[in-house]
Amino acid sequence: MDTFLSGLRHAIWLLVHLDPIVVEVTLRTLQVSGTATLVASFVGILVGTYLAQARFPGRRLLVSLVNTGMGLPPVVVGLFVALMLWRSGPLGQLRLIYTPAAMVIAQAIIATPIVTGVSIAAIQQLDPRLRLQLLGLGASRGQAALLLWWEARRSLLAAAMAGFGGAVSEVGASIMVGGNIAGQTRVLTTATVLETSKGNFDTAMALGILLLFLSFSIMLGATWLQQSGRGDR
Amino acid sequence: MGYSLLLLFLVLTACATPATPASPSLPANPEVILATTTSTQDSGLLDVLVPDFEAKTGYRIKVIAVGTGAALAMGQRGDADVLFVHAPAAEMELLASGDAVDRRPVMHNDFIIVGPENDPAGIRGTVKAADAFRKIAQAQDLFLSRGDDSGTHQTELALWKEAGLTPAGAWYQESGQGMGATLKIASEKGAYTLTDRATYLTMRASLDLVLLLEGDETLYNIYHVMVVNPEKHPGVNYEGATAFADYLTSPEVQRVIREYGKDRFGQPLFFPAAGKPEP
Repeated sequence: MDTFLSGLRHAIWLLVHLDPIVVEVTLRTLQVSGTATLVASFVGILVGTYLAQARFPGRRLLVSLVNTGMGLPPVVVGLFVALMLWRSGPLGQLRLIYTPAAMVIAQAIIATPIVTGVSIAAIQQLDPRLRLQLLGLGASRGQAALLLWWEARRSLLAAAMAGFGGAVSEVGASIMVGGNIAGQTRVLTTATVLETSKGNFDTAMALGILLLFLSFSIMLGATWLQQSGRGDR
Repeated sequence: MGYSLLLLFLVLTACATPATPASPSLPANPEVILATTTSTQDSGLLDVLVPDFEAKTGYRIKVIAVGTGAALAMGQRGDADVLFVHAPAAEMELLASGDAVDRRPVMHNDFIIVGPENDPAGIRGTVKAADAFRKIAQAQDLFLSRGDDSGTHQTELALWKEAGLTPAGAWYQESGQGMGATLKIASEKGAYTLTDRATYLTMRASLDLVLLLEGDETLYNIYHVMVVNPEKHPGVNYEGATAFADYLTSPEVQRVIREYGKDRFGQPLFFPAAGKPEP
């Protein structure tokens, strides 16, 4: 309990003083997980829309694979990406290992199935006749897709939020492919791990609280956007 | 709290040193990957040395802190440029295989056996580490092993061998984690464990573990720096790696190592070893 309280105090202290290192780690966390979420949302919403509407043999198998992917263990993703990106690996020439780009790749792989899975459900919840009607009224496939996305915008925003949650909270892949290097690839989760192993439990707690606060602020904004235009607040 | 704040402040100010080099001549290939042990990072030593090295030379060091076993494996694959490790027998294998060259001693300290204050196996006062291990095994008191092929784990296994025992059973548990995490688990469980002195001193304030055995010569813990061989692994940054090895063994840095930790723990965490004859 002492650690918890001193961690809380410490978190407030770090926040109030805008400690430069903490600010830098927080900004990198946003940058890495934000970019990964953008990539995952782009791929996930496109693939999810396609899988929700297309009819072809093996579709159910693919959807099952996506749903399995929603629970991809981050360490497995991290190991796979590291094996690819290590200098001795097939993509070693790209020199991406231990860079923020490598972390974006790993987090995007973790978040994409989450966005895809929620997007499939979002599009399928729309009335199937809507798309037929749009096409019947002469909309091109692209126009029809845009209108469907607009109709499903709240659910699709929820898909992106879930993807961001998956990306920002994982630590196994980030530490493996990023290396937790100070000033380069250290993010809030990996810094928390490091401070814990150093025995600085209140600093670790403070970083954890900052991460929660960061997630909360972003989700608050997204939820406000999502719920605006509805009767309640 | 005040102590932790001070520690954080020290670490942060150490990290806050601008990474932009002061020297006008930027190295052609500035990125250097350093594979090292958890103890050099958890003790905070690298937070002091790495920013200083970067500011002086313009190199950018990527510190990958893993167990010595994993660090040596990174060297063996050519995934790191320079290794800063503490498992002499395993290091010699890398020299023999030609994966690493230019091995130099940097610093030493010692391993110690720590455990719960009440010392249920009664190892307090024992001189030989292997004898203490035998007592723990006979009493079947909880012993926490790193179990991660780190330098500390390799030393621990050598001690069990010296004791003529193969540890197994419910009393012998493996954490599979770094030294800091292992000490914390040992403290929570009231277990014995083998640790390097630096990590123990760094964490002592948050542990319910006391020092029970020290001073046995088999507990000598020496850290070497090695450069990954560019002839076997053409992709490595040999110039950058050598520059870091030169830096670690320079008289100036050896002085920094000798002073490091004195202000906080009343004793140094590491002792300089560069250029000294090896036992």
